[in-house]
Amino acid sequence: MHRILRFAALALITVAAAIPAGAQSLTGAGATFPYPIYSKWFDAYHKQTGVSINYQSIGSGAGIQQVKAGTVDFGASDAALSNDRLKELPRRILHFPTVGGAVAMVYNLQGLDKPLQLTPEIITGIYMGQITVWNDKKVAAANPGVTLPPAPVMAVHRSDGSGTTNIFTSYLAAASGQWKEIIGANTSVSWPSGIGGKGNEGVAGLVRQTPGAIGYVELAYAKQNQLTVAPVRNKAGRFVLPSLASTTAAVEGSALALAKDVRTPIVNAPGPDAYPISGLTFLLVYRDTKDPAKAKTLADFIAWAMRDGQAMVEALDYAKLPDAVIKVNQANLKLLTASGKPVFAGR
Amino acid sequence: MATALSADAATPHARPATARRRLSRLADQVHRRALGATALLVFLAVGLIVFEVVRGSAPALGTLGWRFLIGAEWDPVADHYGALPYLFGTLVSSALAMVMAVPLGVGTAVYLAELAPPRVGAVVAFVVELLASIPSIVYGIWGLFVLAPFLRSLVEPWLIAHLGFLPLFQGFPFGIGMLNAGIVLAVMVVPTIVSLAREILLAMPGSLREAALALGATRAEGLGVLLDAARPGILGAAILALGRALGETMAVTMVIGNTNRISASLLAPGSTMASVIANEFTEATGQLYLSALTEIALVLFALTVVINALARLLVLWTTGGRRDVAGSA
Repeated sequence: MHRILRFAALALITVAAAIPAGAQSLTGAGATFPYPIYSKWFDAYHKQTGVSINYQSIGSGAGIQQVKAGTVDFGASDAALSNDRLKELPRRILHFPTVGGAVAMVYNLQGLDKPLQLTPEIITGIYMGQITVWNDKKVAAANPGVTLPPAPVMAVHRSDGSGTTNIFTSYLAAASGQWKEIIGANTSVSWPSGIGGKGNEGVAGLVRQTPGAIGYVELAYAKQNQLTVAPVRNKAGRFVLPSLASTTAAVEGSALALAKDVRTPIVNAPGPDAYPISGLTFLLVYRDTKDPAKAKTLADFIAWAMRDGQAMVEALDYAKLPDAVIKVNQANLKLLTASGKPVFAGR
Repeated sequence: MATALSADAATPHARPATARRRLSRLADQVHRRALGATALLVFLAVGLIVFEVVRGSAPALGTLGWRFLIGAEWDPVADHYGALPYLFGTLVSSALAMVMAVPLGVGTAVYLAELAPPRVGAVVAFVVELLASIPSIVYGIWGLFVLAPFLRSLVEPWLIAHLGFLPLFQGFPFGIGMLNAGIVLAVMVVPTIVSLAREILLAMPGSLREAALALGATRAEGLGVLLDAARPGILGAAILALGRALGETMAVTMVIGNTNRISASLLAPGSTMASVIANEFTEATGQLYLSALTEIALVLFALTVVINALARLLVLWTTGGRRDVAGSA
């Protein structure tokens, strides 16, 4: 009797577990930059809920192609999609920022009395090819009391399309009208000067080898490889070093703009502690799907990533989202529908 | 009786024999069909590649047309695409590689096949062929971390100081750029030239050498005769090497500097068709951008076909239509 009861209870649980609207697996593809934290999240989420999420870090562009073709449940991109790009997609999608990242300016100048300080004018001047020697007047003005060598400047950029380049060029476009007009911002642009290295390691390799070189790499890469990083002057006029805290401060400073449109670049953010060359990485989610089970599972996961997931972020050198932006995401989750019906009740 | 007996004796053997023959004929047929199918598969694969590449580049072909090949501006932000800097980079880096690799490769092959003691020849040939099996990323890392500092601190300043009056050697000693890419490519293709040219020289009939010597030719003159006879094969080896240089991606991407500017100087950075695809494809967004990258693949494919066809013609022309000479492209 006891055994039969137990069996019945077990059967009931099994049936109950099968019914709720939750799929057991999801697939996604896209950006490589957030891959370490995503795989950590997916692993932790699998242990907690049994949902397995298969993510392929094939690059933002390739991820967007998959979203376009409808072969994945979600995509991921380091650059938010412009209105033109959204129009090319057959279905409406929503952007969910997940973590923040910063781009560090690294340089190779031996024998300086003090660390090099950079301003937006210096960085644009260098990448435009207008500042060609280190003892240029503009560089000297931002570095009082520092004897700058007359060494030639070699500007190094990423040769491969990357989210890092997107953040960096968005920053240059925000800092300089000339850059915005002639070059613009994208995952790869038509560089007016300098040379290109492939990947963070390519840029770092060239900078490390070449006296007088300057380049930009992901903050995590600069930290882990102990590269010489320059503080950059922010909108409030303070020289700020890139760090997880100063990146989160930049996201926080842009919270109002993000509430209106999460795709707004957060470069040159207001706030005394904000690091100006910062960016967000996004999940791309179909606004309406046919499969309510999958839609609910994905919405649950994003809600989890905003709550529990954020605690794991800093250990992997990503900047966590401030509460204001988490609230924006939570509000957007309620816009997700399956065949027109909302999938996420929310908390 | 005797005939009947022998016939009787033969029949029980004959039956399994014909069965066996039938079976082996069947096996032959299966064999032939299977091999035919694999050959067809290769053909199909090439066909599918062409189809996909053409289909993928259709939007760019439609929008950009012929301007794509002569446009020097590649600007993903403004959606303007011109492949000329990449076409230029591919041709120049490969030509540079061939200028260095062909004399070096043929020289090595002649030494190994004709002059070196057989044992030395075998060992050196083995080492040279070992070079061919090194993954290209290793060549790239070598180019970036060993060759580039060497070029930057020693070779390029010297070139600028002494040959700087030539546009070829003007500019800033970056260390990476066209010259670096050319050298790395040369090192990568030398094994192909050496091993093929050596095989061809070894396959030349001994009568050629003997006849030359009998006519009173010096050793050098004899070598000349031999090389002349082996020319089509050596040309074929060079073309194979050129094919590899044109398509090489990873190593070149790491050392060429990746800028889309056309410069007369070998010291300046550049880009090749393969490197721009490797660099930009994964993060390319937008239909025209992706399509333009696919069209670069199409151009590269067409270039390879043209060069291979030219090579065939060249071989045909130098042999005067003879097909009896060892090796061909």
